[in-house]
Amino acid sequence: MTFLRILPWQALLALVLCATALLNLPLVVTDAGAAAGTAWPIMALLAAAALLPLLRLPRLFEAAFLFVAVHAAAWLLIAAIAGNEGGATASFFALVAASWLLAWRLVTVLSRMRPRARGLDILLRLLVPALFGVWLLILWEAIVRGAGIPFILLPPPSLIGLRIANSLPILAADVQQTIFKAVLVGYALGCAAGFAVAILADRYMFLRRGLMPIGNMVSALPIIGVAPIMVMWFGFDWPSKAAVVVIMTFFPMLVNTVAGLAAAGAMERDLMRTYAAGYWQTLFKLRLPAAAPFIFNALKINSTLALIGAIVAEFFGTPVVGMGFRISTEVGRMNVDMVWAEIAVAALAGSIFYGVLALIERAATFWHPSVRGG
Amino acid sequence: MTDRLRDKIIPVTAILAAIVVAWYAGSYAMNAPFQRDLDRRAGVTSTTWEFVAKTMSQPKPTLPAPHQVAVNFVENTFFRKLSSNRSLVYHAAVTLSSTVLGFAFGTILGIAIAVCIVHVVTLDRSLMPWIITSQTIPILALAPMIIVVLAAVGITGLIPKALISTYLSFFPVAVGMVKGLRSPELTHLDLMHTYHASPGQVFWKLRVPASVPFLFASMKVAVAASLVGAIVGELPTGAVAGIGSKLLSGSYYSQTIDMFAALVAGSVVAVLLVSLVGLAGRITERVMGGRPA
Repeated sequence: MTFLRILPWQALLALVLCATALLNLPLVVTDAGAAAGTAWPIMALLAAAALLPLLRLPRLFEAAFLFVAVHAAAWLLIAAIAGNEGGATASFFALVAASWLLAWRLVTVLSRMRPRARGLDILLRLLVPALFGVWLLILWEAIVRGAGIPFILLPPPSLIGLRIANSLPILAADVQQTIFKAVLVGYALGCAAGFAVAILADRYMFLRRGLMPIGNMVSALPIIGVAPIMVMWFGFDWPSKAAVVVIMTFFPMLVNTVAGLAAAGAMERDLMRTYAAGYWQTLFKLRLPAAAPFIFNALKINSTLALIGAIVAEFFGTPVVGMGFRISTEVGRMNVDMVWAEIAVAALAGSIFYGVLALIERAATFWHPSVRGG
Repeated sequence: MTDRLRDKIIPVTAILAAIVVAWYAGSYAMNAPFQRDLDRRAGVTSTTWEFVAKTMSQPKPTLPAPHQVAVNFVENTFFRKLSSNRSLVYHAAVTLSSTVLGFAFGTILGIAIAVCIVHVVTLDRSLMPWIITSQTIPILALAPMIIVVLAAVGITGLIPKALISTYLSFFPVAVGMVKGLRSPELTHLDLMHTYHASPGQVFWKLRVPASVPFLFASMKVAVAASLVGAIVGELPTGAVAGIGSKLLSGSYYSQTIDMFAALVAGSVVAVLLVSLVGLAGRITERVMGGRPA
């Protein structure tokens, strides 16, 4: 039984699952009770992929074959179940599980690769999490369709994608209202105010001693609760949302900037003193650059907080456009696929916001060890 | 003691006093137009002081004066029956129960994920980037959907709200614990190696003790996040009970004083929770033999 020792456990388990599937055919039962879907090509693909390590091919070939086989199998499985939702038998789920295990095997093989070339390494670092995400979507699609979960409760990703493609104008209007008006204005004002007060607090010891404990405490409070009050004061349109965002982003910026301004070392400050540099010269040439990592940290934290603040504030009343408005009304109408579409857009916007900030940070703090060390 | 007085107590009190003064000024400025309107219609002319006093005692002011909020808060906290719908203690208890349940789930889940990530290379490479990405996503937007969809399946009450809190609180714990479990230095790991320690021993005797400070630091963040989750989770249930629903019903009937009192109650709960976690952290560290740095 030497081959048992060569095969990884995922492959062994996948073979067992293939055998179970064979015993429980057909793959899918239609509403009329007839059998549908051809299981043979899927099983052949999976079995070949599982037995592949026996050939002792180079890692790269093994990974490439696994990649093709598991995705082709997943594609065939979903094609078989589409249209026959809820008709999946034990055989279907066994094959889904088998392809997922082999996909795990693929990710394991990929994560053990240590390519010499830098570009290839970066590609691999992106590919592994991307595969994880793709398989999350594949499992979601296969399970929702296979088990016949009503789409009104949990739509499969393909329907959500379709909904995004079909309602681009609505989504664009919502993004325009929530992100380009409320979030960006509030974010800019809140961060600027936090920064200005931090500079003041740095200049005057008394202010710093008084503000810091308060600022630290406020960061734990559920500030989001001011949303209804702001809606009452500033009306239903975007200024009230921007006001919530200002309040939510102010304190993280204040606390982080003050901490950052204290980060410059005593040696460097002494050096500036020997140059007879004034307060403002020291601030701009030494202490603000030294504080940059802290400031960017606050900017990144605030990017998420700003989106959350604007969306939740819209739950308390808006004009008939906006991401939070869309989410709360479409939930009420049980259009769950539209809600998911809106959430996908919000997630994308949040990631882009964060990613842009991270890129600016890399460019601005190129001297910092965490960037330089790469 | 005098140092503490000079460095902390006097500045903080001064700033707080300035905030209260600004608050009074703001509530005069924001309530004055409506009061002037009222007076003109009633044909009343009042002296300046009477007018100022009136702006501070409206039943539904734009910005309630601090003493109005304080009176409302004290009345609804200490002088109501606990079963009363107006009792803030009742609403705070409702919110607190889902916060604590969600926080407990979230912490356990976060620790479990962190342990897996530290020990399985595949998960480290595939799951960790997603955990970091998920921090950039406005997760709270999911809250209404979770509540409504679970209600459609027949799950209502505590569990859906607690799920939102779980979702918000497990990220900080997972990230903090991964950092903590990886915090032992190479020399310490090498020392364990020379002792011929098994992976289990390395985990329990080196990694776990090293991760405790990280765990409590991230639990403080997580407990605050899970309170926010519980409050937002109460919004779509149609204002039944809890601090979130108190805010929502206040905004329906423009009862600003009630809303401010609810906010104060939420803040008190937040401060209590965070300091409790901090206290638990200090006690744990002392029991484990840590010395104050």
